[in-house]
Amino acid sequence: MSERLVIVGNGMAATRLVEELSAQSLGRYAVAVIGEESRLAYNRVLLSSVLAGEADSADIELKSARWWRDGGVTVRYGVPASQVDIASKMVTLADGTVLAFSKLIFATGSKPLRLRVPGADLEGVLTFRDVTDIDAMSAAVRRGRKVAVIGGGLLGLEAAYGMARCGADVTVLHLMDRLMERQLDERAAAMLKAAVEEKGIHVVLNADTESFIGDYRVEGVALKDGRTIAADTVIVAAGITPNTALAREAGLKTGRGVLVDDHLQTSIPDIYAIGECAEHRGLCYGLVEPAYEQAKVLAAHLAGKDARYDGSLLATNLKVSGVHVFSAGDFMGGDGSECLTFSDPGLGTYKKLVIAGGKLVGAVLFGDTADGLWYLDLIRSGTPVEKFRDDLIFGRALVERMAA
Amino acid sequence: MNAPAQHPPSIRTACPYCGVGCGVLAAPDGRGGAAIFGDPAHPANFGRLCSKGSALGETLGLKTRLLHPMQRQGDGSLEQVNWDRALDQIASGFRAIIERNGPDAVAFYLSGQLLTEDYYVANKLMKGFVGTANVDTNSRLCMASSVAGHRRAFGADMVPGTYSDLDQADLIVLVGSNAAWCHPVLFQRMVANKRERGAKIVVIDPRKTATTEEADLFLPVKPGMDTVVFSALLAFLAGNTKVDRAYVAANTDGLDAALARAREIAPDLQTVSRQAGISKNVLAEFFALFAETKKVVTCYSQGVNQSAQGTDKVNAIINCHLATGRIGQPGMGPFSLTGQPNAMGGREVGGLANQLAAHMNFTPPEIERVGRFWKAANMAQREGLKAVQMFEAISAGKIKALWVMATNPAVSLPDASVIRHALRKLDLLVVSENVRANDTISSGAHILLPAAAWGEKDGTVTNSERRISRQRPFLPLPGDAKPDWWIVTQVARRMGYAEAFGYQTPADIFREHAALSAFENDGSRDFDLGALADIGNEDFDRLDPVQWPQRTRNADETRFFAQGGFYTADGKGRFIAPESPALKEQTSEGFPLRLNTGRVRDQWHTMTRTGLSPRLGNHLPEPYVEVHPADAGIYELQDGDYARLRSRHGACVLKVQISDGQQRGSVFAPIHWNDETASSARIGELVMPVTDPFSGQPEAKATPVMIAPEPYRLRGFVLAKDPVLLPAGTWWSRVALAGGYGHLLASNEPLEKWRVWARQLTDGSELAEFVDAPRQIYRIAAFRDGRLQSCLFVGPAEAAPQWDAVKALFDSEALEDSQRRILLSGKSADGLAATGPVVCACFGVSLGAIRNAISSGGACDVAAIGKALRAGTNCGSCLPELKRIVTQHLSEQRDERTTATV
Repeated sequence: MSERLVIVGNGMAATRLVEELSAQSLGRYAVAVIGEESRLAYNRVLLSSVLAGEADSADIELKSARWWRDGGVTVRYGVPASQVDIASKMVTLADGTVLAFSKLIFATGSKPLRLRVPGADLEGVLTFRDVTDIDAMSAAVRRGRKVAVIGGGLLGLEAAYGMARCGADVTVLHLMDRLMERQLDERAAAMLKAAVEEKGIHVVLNADTESFIGDYRVEGVALKDGRTIAADTVIVAAGITPNTALAREAGLKTGRGVLVDDHLQTSIPDIYAIGECAEHRGLCYGLVEPAYEQAKVLAAHLAGKDARYDGSLLATNLKVSGVHVFSAGDFMGGDGSECLTFSDPGLGTYKKLVIAGGKLVGAVLFGDTADGLWYLDLIRSGTPVEKFRDDLIFGRALVERMAA
Repeated sequence: MNAPAQHPPSIRTACPYCGVGCGVLAAPDGRGGAAIFGDPAHPANFGRLCSKGSALGETLGLKTRLLHPMQRQGDGSLEQVNWDRALDQIASGFRAIIERNGPDAVAFYLSGQLLTEDYYVANKLMKGFVGTANVDTNSRLCMASSVAGHRRAFGADMVPGTYSDLDQADLIVLVGSNAAWCHPVLFQRMVANKRERGAKIVVIDPRKTATTEEADLFLPVKPGMDTVVFSALLAFLAGNTKVDRAYVAANTDGLDAALARAREIAPDLQTVSRQAGISKNVLAEFFALFAETKKVVTCYSQGVNQSAQGTDKVNAIINCHLATGRIGQPGMGPFSLTGQPNAMGGREVGGLANQLAAHMNFTPPEIERVGRFWKAANMAQREGLKAVQMFEAISAGKIKALWVMATNPAVSLPDASVIRHALRKLDLLVVSENVRANDTISSGAHILLPAAAWGEKDGTVTNSERRISRQRPFLPLPGDAKPDWWIVTQVARRMGYAEAFGYQTPADIFREHAALSAFENDGSRDFDLGALADIGNEDFDRLDPVQWPQRTRNADETRFFAQGGFYTADGKGRFIAPESPALKEQTSEGFPLRLNTGRVRDQWHTMTRTGLSPRLGNHLPEPYVEVHPADAGIYELQDGDYARLRSRHGACVLKVQISDGQQRGSVFAPIHWNDETASSARIGELVMPVTDPFSGQPEAKATPVMIAPEPYRLRGFVLAKDPVLLPAGTWWSRVALAGGYGHLLASNEPLEKWRVWARQLTDGSELAEFVDAPRQIYRIAAFRDGRLQSCLFVGPAEAAPQWDAVKALFDSEALEDSQRRILLSGKSADGLAATGPVVCACFGVSLGAIRNAISSGGACDVAAIGKALRAGTNCGSCLPELKRIVTQHLSEQRDERTTATV
């Protein structure tokens, strides 16, 4: 008899976990997946492409219904879980269905951060998280033409790009003095700003939102420095909040996210959390790569193997067509680290590598990101790079040729 | 018409470089350039050219040319003037000084680069009409000791043999000659003789050179001790009944005294071995070889000539040939290898201060005869000042006007800094030049005259074997440029000598020159072109290479003195007893080393022309000093680092090459670099101004010097479309590249300063930058329309950036993105990184390509490399290097195999 394994959440982390489980412990678990969104799991990362009209909503489905069926997975989508009873190992769904489990995995993801400013509930103030948001945004573009995007991070820029592609007059309002400050250094950020502006998107930096203007429908954004930006649609993409309510109410320890150990186990045995809802060693990740890594480790763990999750090295890829950005590791450098830079604005290229203790510890690439993954591997593996340091920034092909 | 496109007809002319005097075919491309080939019909080279000759096509541009007369203004600037004004200024300037201070207050300093016709009119103007013999030439630095030695032994400045002797000799002795680099085409003839006929080659030289690689026997003579060797040889010949008693008795005079002196200098083998620094065995082997080989040619060059005892060295060599009667017969004789394309022509017209004209001297009957021929009322009555003395007189204020033609004394003369100061003292310094800027021009020239260059000039030159060849124009005169003979003629007319200078063409001058050589000659003088005195203009244009003499009668003399017939009063050749050899200046604690100077394979003189060729710049792009490994240890020098070389007269900073080809205690530096091409490499500045008492030739190869490391933290290079001015304190060397200029540099400035400096390079371009400040690396490239405009690479001395790959892209059209992305790595994008230095300059074959050819198994000897890559198949001057590379590579492979099997 298979063990009952219930996954709360039907997103990318959940899908990958199912995939890994079927590879690592086929038949051991009877898997049920509970999803709030009313469709099969899809690739959230591609939503901005859908918005931009570069991908079709149907194309982004991660796995077909048949795949789920063939895998023997019970998929309940369109119904959120409403309660978890740890003692009796039961999950109750919003429609009253009760599922027993021997293992439970939280993969509830996150939700967009809401700004607590006056007017946040005005009509036309949207977020960018799921397919329904995309529908609202597309509708807004059809109706209105002036869009303000709050947040100049990955998501905000992708949203802005999508809206601009649909013909809107888009302004990005960013709180910090440079775009994507958590992923880019000043120079890359400046190049990104130029590249974004090239696409017809306005960028306002140091933009701290005071309020949304409007009576019923939003009409603009007022900044604390007194500036106002007219907008008939506002997209808030200022960050995410892990979805922890269900877990917290069930009695699991939570911080920003659901606290997990190196086996991705929560404070309660047999209950795990992965993806954006999890907090590991004080970090909540907002990217898909760590979720996949966690899924892999958890699947191994559930297969009875000795697997540990040590945290993820962040690598960022911005998906704005024609704008290639990559960053990984400790890209800012600091005491004890050394920076190498290469720039060729004529080619739209900037690269910065950070070396510490003879190893690559961080990288920022703008324009030419082909070697991003190679740098990431070097950072992860801690390969000594001094021997080929002079060629390192010019890429893998050169380094490998010189070594040959 | 469907006829195939016609190649423009090739013009037959002669190479403007060394004294071999190779025939060149130039096919103009109609755009100011020309394709260059060796002339298969020319008897000096039979179609071969050396690397320098092959690259002549790359030196034809007008980028550096002086195209208009210029006059120095009150504010020091040079302003363009018209010919009339320039010529009037010169004529009136010279006239005024002559009237005020006498004719000896003016002087001409000429050049072995001038054509015979140019030389003739300049010499005639000064010695016949101004009335001074202050006409000297850069041949003084080159051949004067040979001239003096010839005159002492033969009674005339006669080279008795011909090049074909090198094909027929069974023993060729090279003394003080790196012919493999300096006379490559002749050297290949010697090597062919060795290969085909088994001739032996002996090299006597203080250092191992590319020439010694072909030597059967190498005598590493101590600097200045050549006379010891040849005195010992003479004594050996006499002691072993090898003296040709009959010849000596019938045709010579002075053997006994010379032999007595030789025995004093070389009393026994032990003493000779110690003095000359050559082992007794090697000496004995050489003496025996010389004694037993009848057909022996002894070639000598600057190692003999550029010496305070150069004339004695020449005579010590000639003594051995006179004693054995081995002179003037096929495959025998002493043979002076001339340095310059027309040093011989200059000597023929008498363009040296101690010659009058046409091999006539300052004797009253000859002064009278020449005066009569020239219808000159104001003949110079005595010898003038030779080069070094001439510049001393300028320095002392005795000479107030100087006209320099086609040479760069501020670089090439000894004690060159003093020369610069002297030039500034002149009331009138006129410079006839091809280029807008050189060290002499920047020494305060008042008037610059744009002279015709090679390819435009029209006249004759004479090579080392007395062969007169036509230099023919194949390009139009650019700008206001004029032939030197025309310029001198115009000034002469303005000075009031219109009648004597009525020439309309070079042929007019040549006919007069030929007529003078035959004037009242009747066989009494060696130099006689009587048969050509009436040559028509068209025949002059068509003139085939021809050896002198060309007498009206008895026209087929090609060798001299086999039956005596010397040009002395009694017709006998003279043995000369040389002085005991000793260098002029001793080394000391402060200056413990001897500085030897010379040429490199692919450069010529002060690089005015060869410096324009990217191909030639590849071979040795930096000025260097060669040091023996033991001396490098003593003076704490590392190969590839920099060293300050200092004499009592000046200093240079040069790249160190450690080489066991050097003798201990002796260092070598090339002469070519100057202030236009390097920051601190004007080697003439170090050379002491002491001269030979007979020839006046300076001792350029034995100056006491000190050497010390000159450390630089950073190394790098700049490529740019035009020459750039580097920050003060930077060590640099500039070479021509396809599409611009390369500057190799070394510096102690902080990296940040280079970043600031680089901004000026890159005005208005797209910039790419690579910075690794902790590693002291900074690289920047500027692009316009996708083409590389300029770049700077700086890095730590221990990992100096390499420029091969970057250079290769410098002249490209717009770069591929893939090339541009990788450019600042300094590595090539096509898998052919760092090809290394070019070994074969003729076909641009790099060390990397050669090594590839060997290791891929396709080529295991020099011939196979030639077949595969063409390397070494043209001029052959890289063949020694190729051979070394093959040997080294194969032995490395062997070592690897041995290691692998252990």
